[in-house]
Amino acid sequence: MLALVLGAVSRWAIPAMICLFLLLGWLRRVPVYEAFIQGGAEGFMTAIRIIPYLVAMFVAIKVFRVSGAMELLAHACAPVLKLFGVPAEVLPLAIMRPLSGSSALGLATELIKTYGPDSFVGRLASVMQGSTDTTFFVLTVYFGSVGVRRFRHAVILGLLADLSGLCASVWICNHLFR
Amino acid sequence: MLNLVWLFLILGGIAVAACNGRIDLVTETIFSAANDGVRVCLELIGLMTLWMGMLEVARQAGLIRLLARLVRPLTVLLFPDIPPQHPAMGSIIMNICANILGLGNAATPFGLKAMQELQKLNLSPDTASNAMCTFLALNTSCIVLIPATIIAVRVATGSANATEVVAPTIFATGFSMVFVMVADIIWRTYLQGRRRKPPRC
Repeated sequence: MLALVLGAVSRWAIPAMICLFLLLGWLRRVPVYEAFIQGGAEGFMTAIRIIPYLVAMFVAIKVFRVSGAMELLAHACAPVLKLFGVPAEVLPLAIMRPLSGSSALGLATELIKTYGPDSFVGRLASVMQGSTDTTFFVLTVYFGSVGVRRFRHAVILGLLADLSGLCASVWICNHLFR
Repeated sequence: MLNLVWLFLILGGIAVAACNGRIDLVTETIFSAANDGVRVCLELIGLMTLWMGMLEVARQAGLIRLLARLVRPLTVLLFPDIPPQHPAMGSIIMNICANILGLGNAATPFGLKAMQELQKLNLSPDTASNAMCTFLALNTSCIVLIPATIIAVRVATGSANATEVVAPTIFATGFSMVFVMVADIIWRTYLQGRRRKPPRC
Protein backbone atom coordinates (compact mmCIF):
# COMPACT_ATOMS: atom_id res chain seq x y z
CA MET A 1 0.00 0.00 0.00
CA LEU A 2 2.66 2.45 1.08
CA ALA A 3 4.75 1.40 -1.90
CA LEU A 4 1.84 2.25 -4.19
CA VAL A 5 1.27 5.67 -2.64
CA LEU A 6 4.97 6.60 -2.66
CA GLY A 7 5.34 5.30 -6.18
CA ALA A 8 2.39 7.41 -7.30
CA VAL A 9 3.81 10.54 -5.66
CA SER A 10 7.18 10.19 -7.38
CA ARG A 11 5.53 9.34 -10.70
CA TRP A 12 3.24 12.37 -10.58
CA ALA A 13 5.59 14.93 -9.05
CA ILE A 14 7.37 16.03 -12.26
CA PRO A 15 4.30 16.34 -14.53
CA ALA A 16 2.42 18.11 -11.72
CA MET A 17 5.27 20.56 -11.20
CA ILE A 18 5.48 21.37 -14.92
CA CYS A 19 1.69 21.86 -15.11
CA LEU A 20 1.82 24.18 -12.10
CA PHE A 21 4.60 26.33 -13.58
CA LEU A 22 3.02 26.61 -17.01
CA LEU A 23 -0.55 27.19 -15.80
CA LEU A 24 0.55 29.82 -13.33
CA GLY A 25 2.69 31.49 -15.98
CA TRP A 26 -0.20 31.47 -18.42
CA LEU A 27 -2.62 32.93 -15.85
CA ARG A 28 -0.11 35.67 -14.99
CA ARG A 29 0.24 36.48 -18.71
CA VAL A 30 3.89 35.43 -18.88
CA PRO A 31 5.05 34.76 -22.46
CA VAL A 32 5.71 31.15 -21.45
CA TYR A 33 7.49 30.02 -24.59
CA GLU A 34 9.87 32.99 -24.72
CA ALA A 35 10.56 32.71 -21.00
CA PHE A 36 11.37 29.01 -21.36
CA ILE A 37 13.82 29.65 -24.23
CA GLN A 38 15.48 32.47 -22.31
CA GLY A 39 15.99 30.36 -19.19
CA GLY A 40 16.95 27.28 -21.20
CA ALA A 41 19.82 29.06 -22.93
CA GLU A 42 21.25 29.88 -19.53
CA GLY A 43 20.89 26.23 -18.43
CA PHE A 44 22.82 25.07 -21.47
CA MET A 45 25.76 27.35 -20.65
CA THR A 46 25.76 26.22 -17.01
CA ALA A 47 25.94 22.56 -18.03
CA ILE A 48 28.94 23.26 -20.29
CA ARG A 49 30.71 25.21 -17.55
CA ILE A 50 30.79 22.26 -15.15
CA ILE A 51 32.50 19.79 -17.54
CA PRO A 52 36.08 20.25 -16.23
CA TYR A 53 34.91 19.82 -12.63
CA LEU A 54 33.12 16.59 -13.49
CA VAL A 55 36.07 15.18 -15.42
CA ALA A 56 38.45 15.99 -12.55
CA MET A 57 36.18 14.24 -10.04
CA PHE A 58 35.41 11.22 -12.22
CA VAL A 59 39.07 10.52 -13.01
CA ALA A 60 40.15 10.73 -9.36
CA ILE A 61 37.34 8.53 -8.09
CA LYS A 62 37.68 5.87 -10.79
CA VAL A 63 41.46 5.60 -10.29
CA PHE A 64 40.97 5.28 -6.55
CA ARG A 65 38.45 2.48 -7.02
CA VAL A 66 40.01 0.49 -9.85
CA SER A 67 43.47 0.48 -8.26
CA GLY A 68 42.14 -1.37 -5.21
CA ALA A 69 42.95 1.56 -2.90
CA MET A 70 39.33 1.72 -1.77
CA GLU A 71 39.27 -1.92 -0.66
CA LEU A 72 42.51 -1.32 1.20
CA LEU A 73 41.00 1.63 3.05
CA ALA A 74 37.87 -0.40 3.82
CA HIS A 75 40.01 -3.25 5.22
CA ALA A 76 41.93 -0.81 7.39
CA CYS A 77 38.76 0.69 8.84
CA ALA A 78 36.83 -2.55 9.31
CA PRO A 79 37.95 -3.60 12.85
CA VAL A 80 37.17 -0.19 14.35
CA LEU A 81 33.75 0.07 12.73
CA LYS A 82 32.80 -3.49 13.68
CA LEU A 83 32.73 -2.28 17.29
CA PHE A 84 29.93 0.14 16.39
CA GLY A 85 27.80 -2.47 14.63
CA VAL A 86 28.86 -1.66 11.08
CA PRO A 87 29.28 -4.84 9.00
CA ALA A 88 32.45 -4.84 6.89
CA GLU A 89 30.41 -5.50 3.73
CA VAL A 90 28.91 -2.00 3.65
CA LEU A 91 32.21 -0.13 4.12
CA PRO A 92 33.01 0.37 0.42
CA LEU A 93 29.53 1.85 0.05
CA ALA A 94 30.12 4.21 2.96
CA ILE A 95 33.40 5.39 1.44
CA MET A 96 32.03 5.68 -2.09
CA ARG A 97 28.77 7.43 -1.23
CA PRO A 98 30.13 11.00 -0.81
CA LEU A 99 32.27 10.67 -3.93
CA SER A 100 30.09 9.33 -6.69
CA GLY A 101 26.36 8.77 -6.91
CA SER A 102 26.35 6.23 -9.72
CA SER A 103 29.19 4.11 -8.26
CA ALA A 104 27.50 4.14 -4.86
CA LEU A 105 24.19 3.08 -6.35
CA GLY A 106 26.01 0.29 -8.19
CA LEU A 107 27.61 -0.88 -4.95
CA ALA A 108 24.31 -0.70 -3.04
CA THR A 109 22.49 -2.64 -5.75
CA GLU A 110 25.22 -5.29 -5.69
CA LEU A 111 24.97 -5.62 -1.90
CA ILE A 112 21.17 -5.86 -2.02
CA LYS A 113 21.35 -8.51 -4.75
CA THR A 114 24.08 -10.56 -3.05
CA TYR A 115 22.69 -10.55 0.49
CA GLY A 116 19.01 -10.17 -0.37
CA PRO A 117 16.91 -7.02 0.12
CA ASP A 118 15.49 -8.29 3.43
CA SER A 119 18.82 -9.23 5.04
CA PHE A 120 20.45 -6.92 7.57
CA VAL A 121 23.16 -5.89 5.11
CA GLY A 122 20.55 -5.30 2.39
CA ARG A 123 18.42 -3.12 4.63
CA LEU A 124 21.38 -1.17 5.99
CA ALA A 125 22.71 -0.59 2.46
CA SER A 126 19.25 0.67 1.41
CA VAL A 127 19.01 3.12 4.31
CA MET A 128 22.61 4.31 3.86
CA GLN A 129 22.10 4.90 0.15
CA GLY A 130 18.98 6.97 0.86
CA SER A 131 20.40 8.84 3.83
CA THR A 132 23.64 10.32 2.57
CA ASP A 133 24.43 12.46 -0.42
CA THR A 134 27.17 12.71 -3.02
CA THR A 135 28.84 15.55 -1.15
CA PHE A 136 31.91 15.93 -3.36
CA PHE A 137 29.87 15.85 -6.55
CA VAL A 138 27.57 18.54 -5.16
CA LEU A 139 30.49 20.66 -3.90
CA THR A 140 32.50 20.60 -7.12
CA VAL A 141 29.57 21.04 -9.46
CA TYR A 142 27.71 23.69 -7.46
CA PHE A 143 30.77 25.79 -6.68
CA GLY A 144 32.27 25.14 -10.11
CA SER A 145 29.20 26.47 -11.89
CA VAL A 146 29.68 29.94 -10.34
CA GLY A 147 33.48 29.94 -10.26
CA VAL A 148 33.98 29.75 -6.50
CA ARG A 149 37.39 28.23 -5.70
CA ARG A 150 37.64 28.58 -1.93
CA PHE A 151 35.03 26.33 -0.31
CA ARG A 152 35.69 27.32 3.34
CA HIS A 153 33.64 25.32 5.85
CA ALA A 154 31.32 23.85 3.20
CA VAL A 155 33.60 20.77 2.94
CA ILE A 156 33.53 20.10 6.68
CA LEU A 157 29.76 20.62 6.88
CA GLY A 158 29.17 18.34 3.90
CA LEU A 159 31.30 15.55 5.34
CA LEU A 160 29.63 16.04 8.71
CA ALA A 161 26.29 15.57 6.94
CA ASP A 162 27.43 12.26 5.46
CA LEU A 163 29.00 11.07 8.67
CA SER A 164 25.96 11.91 10.80
CA GLY A 165 23.63 10.36 8.20
CA LEU A 166 25.77 7.24 8.23
CA CYS A 167 25.87 6.98 12.02
CA ALA A 168 22.11 7.55 12.25
CA SER A 169 21.51 4.85 9.60
CA VAL A 170 23.64 2.31 11.46
CA TRP A 171 22.02 3.15 14.79
CA ILE A 172 18.42 2.94 13.55
CA CYS A 173 19.04 -0.25 11.55
CA ASN A 174 20.66 -1.95 14.52
CA HIS A 175 17.62 -1.04 16.61
CA LEU A 176 14.91 -1.91 14.10
CA PHE A 177 16.26 -4.81 12.10
CA ARG A 178 18.53 -6.79 14.46
CA MET B 1 40.99 20.95 1.43
CA LEU B 2 39.58 19.73 -1.86
CA ASN B 3 43.07 19.97 -3.32
CA LEU B 4 44.26 17.48 -0.74
CA VAL B 5 41.35 15.09 -1.26
CA TRP B 6 41.87 15.15 -5.01
CA LEU B 7 45.62 14.59 -4.72
CA PHE B 8 45.06 11.78 -2.22
CA LEU B 9 42.58 9.99 -4.46
CA ILE B 10 44.75 10.10 -7.57
CA LEU B 11 48.24 9.64 -6.09
CA GLY B 12 47.00 7.06 -3.56
CA GLY B 13 45.20 5.21 -6.31
CA ILE B 14 48.25 5.14 -8.59
CA ALA B 15 50.55 4.08 -5.73
CA VAL B 16 48.27 1.18 -4.75
CA ALA B 17 47.88 0.16 -8.40
CA ALA B 18 51.66 0.09 -8.78
CA CYS B 19 51.93 -2.30 -5.81
CA ASN B 20 49.03 -4.45 -7.05
CA GLY B 21 50.38 -4.69 -10.57
CA ARG B 22 47.28 -2.98 -11.92
CA ILE B 23 49.10 -0.06 -13.52
CA ASP B 24 47.80 -0.84 -17.02
CA LEU B 25 44.28 -0.72 -15.67
CA VAL B 26 44.94 2.80 -14.34
CA THR B 27 45.90 4.14 -17.76
CA GLU B 28 42.80 2.63 -19.28
CA THR B 29 40.59 3.92 -16.44
CA ILE B 30 41.85 7.50 -16.61
CA PHE B 31 40.81 7.86 -20.23
CA SER B 32 37.46 6.13 -19.87
CA ALA B 33 36.66 8.14 -16.71
CA ALA B 34 37.38 11.41 -18.52
CA ASN B 35 34.92 10.35 -21.18
CA ASP B 36 32.38 9.38 -18.52
CA GLY B 37 32.63 12.86 -17.02
CA VAL B 38 31.77 14.47 -20.32
CA ARG B 39 29.00 11.95 -21.01
CA VAL B 40 27.31 12.72 -17.69
CA CYS B 41 27.56 16.39 -18.59
CA LEU B 42 26.00 15.81 -21.98
CA GLU B 43 23.11 14.05 -20.29
CA LEU B 44 22.85 16.99 -17.91
CA ILE B 45 22.61 19.52 -20.75
CA GLY B 46 19.09 18.45 -21.69
CA LEU B 47 17.89 18.37 -18.10
CA MET B 48 19.53 21.68 -17.25
CA THR B 49 18.03 23.37 -20.28
CA LEU B 50 14.59 21.98 -19.51
CA TRP B 51 14.51 22.87 -15.82
CA MET B 52 16.21 26.25 -16.14
CA GLY B 53 13.62 27.09 -18.79
CA MET B 54 10.78 25.97 -16.52
CA LEU B 55 12.29 27.92 -13.64
CA GLU B 56 12.37 31.08 -15.73
CA VAL B 57 8.64 30.64 -16.43
CA ALA B 58 8.04 30.14 -12.70
CA ARG B 59 10.14 33.19 -11.87
CA GLN B 60 8.32 35.46 -14.30
CA ALA B 61 5.02 34.17 -12.93
CA GLY B 62 6.11 35.29 -9.46
CA LEU B 63 6.16 31.76 -8.01
CA ILE B 64 9.80 31.94 -6.83
CA ARG B 65 9.16 35.20 -4.97
CA LEU B 66 6.02 33.74 -3.40
CA LEU B 67 7.97 30.72 -2.15
CA ALA B 68 10.68 32.99 -0.77
CA ARG B 69 8.02 34.97 1.13
CA LEU B 70 6.47 31.79 2.56
CA VAL B 71 9.72 30.58 4.14
CA ARG B 72 10.74 33.94 5.58
CA PRO B 73 11.12 32.71 9.20
CA LEU B 74 13.46 29.99 7.96
CA THR B 75 15.49 32.53 6.00
CA VAL B 76 16.02 34.70 9.06
CA LEU B 77 17.22 31.73 11.10
CA LEU B 78 19.39 29.83 8.59
CA PHE B 79 20.38 32.51 6.07
CA PRO B 80 20.78 35.78 7.98
CA ASP B 81 22.84 37.22 5.09
CA ILE B 82 20.12 36.81 2.46
CA PRO B 83 17.64 39.70 2.38
CA PRO B 84 14.15 38.35 3.18
CA GLN B 85 12.09 37.63 0.06
CA HIS B 86 15.18 37.55 -2.16
CA PRO B 87 14.65 35.20 -5.16
CA ALA B 88 17.67 33.12 -4.02
CA MET B 89 15.46 31.74 -1.25
CA GLY B 90 12.85 30.64 -3.79
CA SER B 91 15.41 28.61 -5.75
CA ILE B 92 16.80 27.14 -2.54
CA ILE B 93 13.34 25.97 -1.51
CA MET B 94 12.70 24.40 -4.93
CA ASN B 95 15.99 22.50 -4.62
CA ILE B 96 15.15 21.29 -1.13
CA CYS B 97 11.65 20.19 -2.21
CA ALA B 98 13.11 18.20 -5.11
CA ASN B 99 15.53 16.54 -2.68
CA ILE B 100 12.75 15.71 -0.22
CA LEU B 101 10.72 14.04 -2.95
CA GLY B 102 13.75 12.14 -4.23
CA LEU B 103 13.71 13.90 -7.62
CA GLY B 104 17.48 13.89 -8.07
CA ASN B 105 17.53 15.05 -11.69
CA ALA B 106 15.43 18.14 -10.96
CA ALA B 107 17.35 19.01 -7.79
CA THR B 108 20.64 19.79 -9.54
CA PRO B 109 19.31 22.49 -11.93
CA PHE B 110 17.38 24.15 -9.08
CA GLY B 111 20.50 24.04 -6.93
CA LEU B 112 22.70 25.56 -9.63
CA LYS B 113 20.15 28.34 -10.10
CA ALA B 114 20.23 28.99 -6.36
CA MET B 115 24.04 29.17 -6.49
CA GLN B 116 23.85 31.80 -9.25
CA GLU B 117 21.47 33.89 -7.14
CA LEU B 118 23.73 33.51 -4.09
CA GLN B 119 26.78 34.50 -6.14
CA LYS B 120 25.05 37.82 -6.94
CA LEU B 121 25.02 38.53 -3.18
CA ASN B 122 28.60 37.33 -2.68
CA LEU B 123 31.12 40.09 -2.01
CA SER B 124 34.21 38.06 -2.98
CA PRO B 125 33.32 35.94 -6.02
CA ASP B 126 36.08 33.33 -5.71
CA THR B 127 35.29 32.51 -2.06
CA ALA B 128 32.22 30.71 -0.74
CA SER B 129 29.88 32.96 1.24
CA ASN B 130 28.32 31.88 4.52
CA ALA B 131 24.96 31.51 2.79
CA MET B 132 26.51 29.22 0.16
CA CYS B 133 28.05 26.99 2.82
CA THR B 134 24.72 26.78 4.65
CA PHE B 135 22.89 25.98 1.42
CA LEU B 136 25.30 23.20 0.46
CA ALA B 137 25.16 21.75 3.96
CA LEU B 138 21.35 21.85 3.84
CA ASN B 139 21.38 20.28 0.39
CA THR B 140 23.66 17.36 1.27
CA SER B 141 22.06 16.63 4.65
CA CYS B 142 18.50 17.21 3.47
CA ILE B 143 15.67 15.06 4.81
CA VAL B 144 14.41 12.52 2.26
CA LEU B 145 10.77 11.43 2.37
CA ILE B 146 10.81 9.23 -0.72
CA PRO B 147 14.05 7.38 -1.48
CA ALA B 148 12.63 6.53 -4.90
CA THR B 149 15.68 4.92 -6.50
CA ILE B 150 16.44 2.51 -3.69
CA ILE B 151 12.78 1.45 -3.40
CA ALA B 152 12.90 0.61 -7.10
CA VAL B 153 16.05 -1.48 -6.57
CA ARG B 154 14.42 -3.33 -3.66
CA VAL B 155 11.28 -4.05 -5.67
CA ALA B 156 13.43 -5.30 -8.55
CA THR B 157 15.36 -7.68 -6.26
CA GLY B 158 12.15 -9.18 -4.90
CA SER B 159 11.93 -7.64 -1.42
CA ALA B 160 9.00 -8.83 0.71
CA ASN B 161 8.58 -5.28 1.99
CA ALA B 162 10.32 -2.79 -0.26
CA THR B 163 9.21 0.31 1.65
CA GLU B 164 10.25 -0.77 5.14
CA VAL B 165 13.40 1.34 4.71
CA VAL B 166 11.41 4.55 4.27
CA ALA B 167 10.91 5.29 7.98
CA PRO B 168 14.56 4.63 8.92
CA THR B 169 15.67 6.82 6.00
CA ILE B 170 13.43 9.66 7.16
CA PHE B 171 14.86 9.28 10.66
CA ALA B 172 18.50 9.19 9.54
CA THR B 173 18.18 12.12 7.14
CA GLY B 174 16.16 14.15 9.64
CA PHE B 175 18.84 13.57 12.25
CA SER B 176 21.69 14.58 9.96
CA MET B 177 19.81 17.68 8.77
CA VAL B 178 19.21 18.96 12.31
CA PHE B 179 22.75 18.04 13.35
CA VAL B 180 24.42 19.84 10.44
CA MET B 181 22.23 22.94 10.70
CA VAL B 182 23.09 23.27 14.39
CA ALA B 183 26.78 22.78 13.55
CA ASP B 184 26.52 25.50 10.91
CA ILE B 185 24.86 27.96 13.28
CA ILE B 186 27.48 27.25 15.95
CA TRP B 187 30.25 27.79 13.39
CA ARG B 188 28.77 31.05 12.20
CA THR B 189 28.13 32.54 15.61
CA TYR B 190 31.01 31.30 17.76
CA LEU B 191 33.94 30.00 15.75
CA GLN B 192 34.12 32.26 12.75
CA GLY B 193 35.03 35.45 14.61
CA ARG B 194 38.24 33.88 15.88
CA ARG B 195 39.54 32.94 12.47
CA ARG B 196 41.88 35.00 10.34
CA LYS B 197 39.35 35.87 7.71
CA PRO B 198 36.67 38.43 8.54
CA PRO B 199 33.09 37.16 8.11
CA ARG B 200 31.76 37.82 4.67
CA CYS B 201 28.29 38.26 3.37
